[in-house]
Amino acid sequence: MPPAELLSVRGCTKLYPGVRALDGADFQVRAGEIHALLGENGAGKSTLIAILTGVTAADGGEVRIEGRPARPRGPAQARELGISALYQEGALVPNLSVAENLYLGREPTRFGLVRRRRMEGDARLLLAAYGLQIDVTSPLGRYSTAVRQLVAIARAADLSAKLLILDEPTSSLDADETAMLFEVMRQLKARGLGIVFVTHFLDQVYAVCDRLTVLRNGRTVAERAVGEVSRAELVGLMLGEASAGAGYPARRRGAAVGPAVATFRGFGRRRRVAPFDLQFRAGEVVAAAGLLGSGRTETALLMFGAETADSGEVEVAGRPVKLRGPRDAIRAGFGFCPEDRKRDGVVGALSVRENIALALQARGGWARPLSRRRQADLAERYIKALDIRTPDAEKPIEQLSGGNQQKTLLARWLATDPRLLILDEPTRGIDVGGHAEILKLVDELCTQGLSIYMISSELAEIAATADRVLVMRDRRPAGLIEGAAVSPEAIMAAIAAPPGEAAG
Amino acid sequence: MTDLLGWRSRLPRGGPQLAALALALAANAVVSPDFFHLLLRDGRLFGSPVDILNRGAPTVLLGVGMALVIATRGIDLSVGSVMAIAGAVAAAGVAHGLPWGVSIALALGAGVACGLWNGLLVAIMGIQPIVATLVLMVAGRGVAQLITSGRILTFDEPHLLWIGGGAIAGLPVAVVVALAAAALVLLMVRRTALALFIEAVGVNPQASRLAGVPSRAVLVYVYLVSGLLAATAGVLAAADIRAADANNAGLWLELDAILAVVLGGGSLYGGRFSLGLTVVGALTLQTLKTCILRAGFPPEFNLIAMAGVVAVVLVIQSPAVGALGGRLVPRLREVRL
Repeated sequence: MPPAELLSVRGCTKLYPGVRALDGADFQVRAGEIHALLGENGAGKSTLIAILTGVTAADGGEVRIEGRPARPRGPAQARELGISALYQEGALVPNLSVAENLYLGREPTRFGLVRRRRMEGDARLLLAAYGLQIDVTSPLGRYSTAVRQLVAIARAADLSAKLLILDEPTSSLDADETAMLFEVMRQLKARGLGIVFVTHFLDQVYAVCDRLTVLRNGRTVAERAVGEVSRAELVGLMLGEASAGAGYPARRRGAAVGPAVATFRGFGRRRRVAPFDLQFRAGEVVAAAGLLGSGRTETALLMFGAETADSGEVEVAGRPVKLRGPRDAIRAGFGFCPEDRKRDGVVGALSVRENIALALQARGGWARPLSRRRQADLAERYIKALDIRTPDAEKPIEQLSGGNQQKTLLARWLATDPRLLILDEPTRGIDVGGHAEILKLVDELCTQGLSIYMISSELAEIAATADRVLVMRDRRPAGLIEGAAVSPEAIMAAIAAPPGEAAG
Repeated sequence: MTDLLGWRSRLPRGGPQLAALALALAANAVVSPDFFHLLLRDGRLFGSPVDILNRGAPTVLLGVGMALVIATRGIDLSVGSVMAIAGAVAAAGVAHGLPWGVSIALALGAGVACGLWNGLLVAIMGIQPIVATLVLMVAGRGVAQLITSGRILTFDEPHLLWIGGGAIAGLPVAVVVALAAAALVLLMVRRTALALFIEAVGVNPQASRLAGVPSRAVLVYVYLVSGLLAATAGVLAAADIRAADANNAGLWLELDAILAVVLGGGSLYGGRFSLGLTVVGALTLQTLKTCILRAGFPPEFNLIAMAGVVAVVLVIQSPAVGALGGRLVPRLREVRL
């Protein structure tokens, strides 16, 4: 008989307008285990956590805690059920002292007054159990993220949590801090807590977890003991097997590769992404692959000047260029469609016409306005050329579908007649039809001599379009796959290779 | 087929705003039947509507500046204090024997400096606009008092007196100055790409930056224009009472300016703005104030009435009422004025 389930989620479903965030997901956590919850962006991890912590309600399925059905309505109720979640920065109050944070809302009192001494003594004892000796009277905000997290964990555990959800707790910790956190996690496990650990670092899964659950597209695709799954298998589970490759028309690679357009040498930024080299030739697609958090998006941000590099150099059309901000990159002939379209791409309340004209107008400066007529012509041309489905150019862009928003952003950059287009997850959140259309556009643009840098988590998509693939792992380049060697299997192998062993 | 959302787009642009103004004017006509009676004497028009334009001139100026600032998702609380500073500088200038032109230039320069200060705090230091401009709102009155040495500084410089009491083409100078300034700003933003940049920065600052919009420069620009317009209003207000009153010049007018923008259909969340409708909003406000006075209520009622108008407008614009089927004061979508 298997050990009793602490948490059991069966057939959990959650619908958002136009999206099935969870589609019958199952998830079991036992008492006294550390359970990794894995999956790429949009796999449903955040939605599942939101349901467990009562932030949102499921549309279907059941959640049981120690066998009893539970439907937490709000984080307070979830805590009463014994579920505590800790997010990256924690939900504590930075300007209160460590002790006050630990006992917030349950301070020891006498005659209605807080017994400060007693509280501070208790706090010291509590933290000492985790090997943490700090001044508990100092404001929490003075301490590092790692200490703040440990304090938050100590508070949650002391509040008699049964299930502790740690959502990417290690993303801003260094190696020592991570080790300290793992030590605390093991202690809590020994005390019989169930711990859900969300991370993008595969090493950490193998270092500290007992079992793992992989979500993909809102479904549970695997629930295994960690020892049973190889790294390659795990990456395959997260990204989807190569079988998903069917349906993407392969591009005629290297057909019209021209001279070097842009060359990045030793380009990097400390604590964000280690230096990488990349060269773009006219008419070629270079792709970046890697798990979420592998540094693939960071390469794009640096290349576009959205973050400034602190090492390396750039050459555009044979001349050295400095990228101090997006305006420099745009002047150099770069365009950038960001990963989070809604937050970083579209200007929601403005019209399709204005969104298309924006970058060209920004490059031209405020004093030389594009006439309304010119903007309308531009919009009309790209609406036709890219088949943007909108009743007219004056429609606010926020009212278009994801695929049409993405095409409008492409139009924004095409209007500036760019040399290099940087596309971060250009097909995310776009329906199947739109998906294929965007890839077809990428192909056509290359034929016209553009260089394209495409970041994607869909290996099949990369394999079908890319001339070269930069594989990123743990925020550093982990290999370059070129030409005929580009295949989903090769990319997956490079992503999954254990650290220290660079492929290619 | 019923078109629940479309009815608003079929309304004439600015219809609700003009209707509100007409309503306020009608209320006046009821309270005092001779309201629309105009008289031409010594080449200057006299009458209640002219008074409303004259009294409303500072609010029109502040409102136009505020509309630009609010469109970038900001707010400028310092405009009342900037008025006091500019009035004090102009009065002190002529008191020290400077030519009137130089005094006014210095006053306007002070406004530009104030705007620059606000703009730098917001755009470069990244301080929240409401806090950044609160600094100058509080400190500005102190600065103005220092300039006037805490006294009410009177003057009798003939050119300044003409600004306060003279007329151009039959209209009070203040009215002509305010409308001309509003028209100038309108041309400056709509005939260039500034309006697009301002709206883009207000709707989505991050996306605008990534599209290459010089968002910091845009922010500095709107606070600078707001400061300059506030200084202009300050000179008009001082010329009107022939004195610089550091304590009372422009007091609470920042709230009137914000209200004018909201009445003009602007959203405090930034984005679309309309300078023309903001002017209409400012005049509606002044018409209401006049109506309260004419009806024989003591001036204290003005504040209560203003608060009432704010409450009504906010409730009408709120998402809750919007969901009920439509807003009487529609948010600006495609208004181009």
